[in-house]
Amino acid sequence: MSAEPLIHDQGYRRYSGRRHPHGSAWTVIARNHIRATVRQRRILALLVFSWVPFVVRAVQIYVASSFEQARFLAATPQTFREFLMQQSIFVFLVSMALGGLIADDRRANALQLYLSKPLTRVEYIGGKLVVLLVFLLGITLIPALMLLLLQTMFSGSFAFVTSNLFLLPAIVLFSFIQSLVSAFALLALSSLTGSRRFVAAMYAGIVFFTSALVQILRVMTGSRAWAWLSPRDVLDAVATMVFRGGTPSIPVPVALLAIAAIVAGSIAILERRVRAVEVIG
Amino acid sequence: MNVVVSLDRVSVRYGQQWALREVTASFPAGAVGLLGPNGAGKSTLLRALLGFVSPEHGDMRVLDLDVNTAPVAIRGRIGYMPETDAHVPGMNAVTFVAYCGELAGLPRQDAMQRAHEVLYYVGLGEARYRNLETYSTGMKQRIKLAQALVHDPDLLFLDEPTNGMDPRGRDEMVALVRDIAHEKGLNLILSSHLLPDVEQTCDHVVVLDKGRVAAQGPIAALKGQGAHVYEVRVKGDRHPFVAALAAAGVECHGGDDEPMRVFVPEDRDAQYLFQLAASHHVQIRHLRPSLPTLEDVFAQAVNET
Repeated sequence: MSAEPLIHDQGYRRYSGRRHPHGSAWTVIARNHIRATVRQRRILALLVFSWVPFVVRAVQIYVASSFEQARFLAATPQTFREFLMQQSIFVFLVSMALGGLIADDRRANALQLYLSKPLTRVEYIGGKLVVLLVFLLGITLIPALMLLLLQTMFSGSFAFVTSNLFLLPAIVLFSFIQSLVSAFALLALSSLTGSRRFVAAMYAGIVFFTSALVQILRVMTGSRAWAWLSPRDVLDAVATMVFRGGTPSIPVPVALLAIAAIVAGSIAILERRVRAVEVIG
Repeated sequence: MNVVVSLDRVSVRYGQQWALREVTASFPAGAVGLLGPNGAGKSTLLRALLGFVSPEHGDMRVLDLDVNTAPVAIRGRIGYMPETDAHVPGMNAVTFVAYCGELAGLPRQDAMQRAHEVLYYVGLGEARYRNLETYSTGMKQRIKLAQALVHDPDLLFLDEPTNGMDPRGRDEMVALVRDIAHEKGLNLILSSHLLPDVEQTCDHVVVLDKGRVAAQGPIAALKGQGAHVYEVRVKGDRHPFVAALAAAGVECHGGDDEPMRVFVPEDRDAQYLFQLAASHHVQIRHLRPSLPTLEDVFAQAVNET
């Protein structure tokens, strides 16, 4: 009689199975964090609540398409711009809720564990970035695209889409810019500390402080020349440009430079802070 | 002799502080102890080998791969157990170890299966569904060992694995390390300042002191290196006697309440000690030949640097 294979060997055995090639660890990080995040009821509730504006807009589109008297509610390209700018508040809240992405690892000294595995710092940061992008695009890009789909379905023709061909790329482009700026800034802040509360406080502080500062400078100087200091005003200018909504409050090159500066600054901070060993000197 | 790690004139500094100076060393296959007092550069050496810190100059090879050009490939074949507490927050033990396995390239199912096996092996089988934040210090040490083992590395770096453990836990950890090296056939480098841990688990040793290699080689050979060792107690003022020993090139450690350990060069014997004691008006009240220990090797090496 052949020996039965052991059901549970409690000793240490060598492993001769398959191994994934290097370069795919970011998917492991992203998958693990996404799974862990959706298990948190607080964040799940926030994500569900983030779709309320979508429901309101969907009803608006339905009513405008179905009832002659409500034609004034019909969607225009600016409807989508306004929707995405409205979602900024949820982008802000979801970003704050995910502030521990790197901070928690710093608190638990996990960076040295991650970076002792066959993965690079770029992969580590990439995995965390994907987590943020999945959730942020999930409350901006996905509902905006679904609104466009609903508009087509309720109106029964492609006329709206064909007459606004720029809309689809505009939605994709602006959603990515909005999400990337938030994601990079949040990751950079998260890498600065081991406390997720401190990250949230810094993030909120930057958003509110810069807006307040721009308002004060506007009142004092009577000029909007300082609007580039506020990320919200910068994104508003980019949205105006992308959705062809008239003259942006900030010159487009300045707005794009400000966005590039936020992303570059965040990358510089991440490059310095995401290390297995922190060297002070 | 198979060499798993080699360093050639490696120097590392943090700011203005040199942590390693011109370190040239070879770590043969098997279990090698990396000994040294606190601040000797042991952890820095391991971190340099992992690519965490870049040396100012020098070459390092791990498992025949260059640390400068293939750090990721090297880390794929290494298991690292850091000195400080480290875990991924919000996980239980089995999820954490499986996650580490996946990060190291194991398919998900294999990683989970090995996580269970490794946790049983390190003695955490019953606690594997507990959240890591509730673990005791000893359990945290074991979980760090488990995450280092899960992907079946060819070489393990263990940085102070018995830190903070109670005597029983420490014995168990030492037994585990010994089993890994001698029964399971994994190569390992055990960094520790605890000589008994190294003596019980390793065959070779590299002694670091103030960032330099103070001694290296097989422990057995280092222990038997060119001296008779005696335990000596004296009556009278021992300080002139000790000074005379030092002047004559005879090493001497300890004293006060415990016997001195005196290293008499091979070309002399105990009679020499009696003569020297008599000439310094000191009585030798106790003299017993002893065997050299790793502690002697360590003390000699550290004194010489």
